[in-house]
Amino acid sequence: MKTFKKVMSLAVVAAMALSVFGCAKNDASETEAAESAQSQVDAEYLSYAEYEAAAIDTQVTVLCTVMATQSWWEDKITVYAADQDGAYFIYEMACSEEDAANLTAGTTILVTGYKSEWEGEIEITDATFEFADVDGVAIAAVDLTADFADDDALLAHQNQYFSMSGLTVEAIGDNGEAFFYKWDNSGTQGDDLYFTVSDGTVTRTFTVEAYLTGADTDVYQAVEGLNVGDTIDVSGYMYWYEGPNPHITSVSVG
Amino acid sequence: MIKSRKALSLLLSFAVLASSFLMSACHEQVERHEFIVPDAFDSMHQYEITFWAKNDTNINQTRIYNQAIEDFEALYPNIHVTIRLYTDYNKIYNDVITNIATDTTPNVCITYPDHIATYISGENTVVPLDNLFTDPNYGLGGALVRFNSPSVDQVVPEFLDECVINNRHYAIPYMRSTEALYINKTYVEALGYEVPDIVTWDFVWEVSNAAMAQNADGTYAVNGQSVMIPFIYKSSDNMMITMLRQLDAGYSDNMGNIGLFNNTTTSILRTVADEVGQGAFSTFTVSGYPANFLNAGQCIFAVDSTAGATWMGSDAPLSDIHESEIVDFETVVRPVPQFDTANPRMISQGPSICIFNKEDPQEVLASWLFAQYLLSNEVQIAYAGTEGYVPVTTMAQQSQEYQDYLNDPAQYSIKIAATNMFLDNIDNTFVTAVFNGSTSLRNAAAQLIDSTVKSVRRHETINDDYFDHLYAEVTALYRLDQLSGAKDSRTDLGPLPAESKFLLTLLGVVWIGIGAYFITDLVKKRKKA
Repeated sequence: MKTFKKVMSLAVVAAMALSVFGCAKNDASETEAAESAQSQVDAEYLSYAEYEAAAIDTQVTVLCTVMATQSWWEDKITVYAADQDGAYFIYEMACSEEDAANLTAGTTILVTGYKSEWEGEIEITDATFEFADVDGVAIAAVDLTADFADDDALLAHQNQYFSMSGLTVEAIGDNGEAFFYKWDNSGTQGDDLYFTVSDGTVTRTFTVEAYLTGADTDVYQAVEGLNVGDTIDVSGYMYWYEGPNPHITSVSVG
Repeated sequence: MIKSRKALSLLLSFAVLASSFLMSACHEQVERHEFIVPDAFDSMHQYEITFWAKNDTNINQTRIYNQAIEDFEALYPNIHVTIRLYTDYNKIYNDVITNIATDTTPNVCITYPDHIATYISGENTVVPLDNLFTDPNYGLGGALVRFNSPSVDQVVPEFLDECVINNRHYAIPYMRSTEALYINKTYVEALGYEVPDIVTWDFVWEVSNAAMAQNADGTYAVNGQSVMIPFIYKSSDNMMITMLRQLDAGYSDNMGNIGLFNNTTTSILRTVADEVGQGAFSTFTVSGYPANFLNAGQCIFAVDSTAGATWMGSDAPLSDIHESEIVDFETVVRPVPQFDTANPRMISQGPSICIFNKEDPQEVLASWLFAQYLLSNEVQIAYAGTEGYVPVTTMAQQSQEYQDYLNDPAQYSIKIAATNMFLDNIDNTFVTAVFNGSTSLRNAAAQLIDSTVKSVRRHETINDDYFDHLYAEVTALYRLDQLSGAKDSRTDLGPLPAESKFLLTLLGVVWIGIGAYFITDLVKKRKKA
């Protein structure tokens, strides 16, 4: 177990990479963070390794940095988060609308919930949280291009922010469509998008999760503009549903 | 299938607040006169109607809707139908309530009677259909309807009765399904059992417990895998509701009185807790889709809708798991587990169609004609064939085309088995009472099961205190105390406040004064005369 004293080391790490979030802190704010960490010295949390080792259905507390959130609804929000060692998918965390507005990328939160598994996705459910007044950890995308065809290698990076490059868009439907609205094209604009990509050896289906990146976002519109045969670079979160089912947050055509 | 998980949990929670929101919204909405059937349909005027439909994330259903619209517009060239597709009933419910407040409801809407019960809390919002049913020209089987429409008598009575709220029909049934027990017969027999025609709860628990036997290496003996959840129920609310009905225990009544929290409920939850403790049972909410576990050989008894039959079994046409994970086994379909095999009970569910009232009665009539077209054989038989649905008209059920479909060896056998199971048991189906708030009650029933499952897995103590706390928590979350209280007209509200007494007294004095003035004035006039 760690305590909030270790938040100080997090703050140091964060200070080295604040440019990612574009919110460099001055000395005064670092002092405030340290004081806050001291004030919560009794709060214990798991390291990522301890979280990873914890059994399913056990209560866990983790300190993590928000990477992104899905849309808030009725006092719940789903969060993509990480620390310097791994990533967390926090499903429908209890959260007021006011707090949800402050769950921006780079915010550090202390989350308590239950480690759960749903269709292969390891996640934290029935969670509550509190803001930790310390700077977030910079989360850089891990390049998984070389692991594209390897399920086990991708599993090791479950929930992490990742990138892949040089993938080829393949037809997803019998009629040569480059993408579907919903998995079988039974949906309409505004629904999740599905598209398939290949590295030349394996074909995978990627998703643009509408609750994360809706129809008005660049990634949604980029996928709607894809053509079969395009070479693309992507980034997103390595979500899992009966295998890799990444939630893509950016697409650029090479 | 991925999205459903979020949509369900997100949107079910919306339902908790929907009723109260609608009540306030209705105060602001445009007042609408009750619809009266026009003498004749205006074929010269152009009508644009909107149709909010639901599909099971099934492209074939989308195609059938589109084909139905095309065919209908060919019959009625002055009616243009715009479809808006949903894959979740609760999302429709959400949007309808929002649009009632702004007077922008759709014309025709696929929905559940539970939801209509909330919609009709606004006056004349939803059109009662009784007069339309029997209109000689435009009613069901009416003389001037331009397609072969079923008569009222040809709509399955059990299904039509489900659309009655406050003694009026506010909907017509569109499709019906029930739940089925999909069984890995191969594993049941490997465990030394035979699958009976009607399976009891005791049988399911006994076989499930037997399936927990493990090899020395920790794998399960029956499947040789590290994962085995012998019994998974897709719809936790249906599980609780069905068990209560089978045991003739309380749930709710037509007046909206809630009887969910009773000793039988506690007994059911204790059984659930025991079985979860042995690893024998879980739910969709906690573990995932029953079909995925069943097809991977990690589940023996999977309860899901007959409308999900194409996902069930080794040879299922639809699957979310990789084909390398699918295990070869024989699937059989049975009614959901029963307490009394001589008196089987199973839920009837499925979409219905309602029509929203509009300023122009001709627009409403156009809406009705389209809604009625959805009961034609062309639509009923085609849509029923997409899953284990059953047509809601005897006209369709008894047609040669539908009989050919049921006997078509090219159809997926599990889908046909599920459909036949339902057709054989229509008399054994039931529905729950519909009232403003019944959706919240249903969600509460689900939460009792799911919370118990989670608590056991998390090694919480399950005892009387646990259930007392759970009932209080669920009651508060879904505001069930407010639902029950609102329905009890005998509740003693206590003495009137002093301000009220003063105002009432003042009102009385004013009326007395007005009366005295008129009498005095009358006497004076008579004297003058």
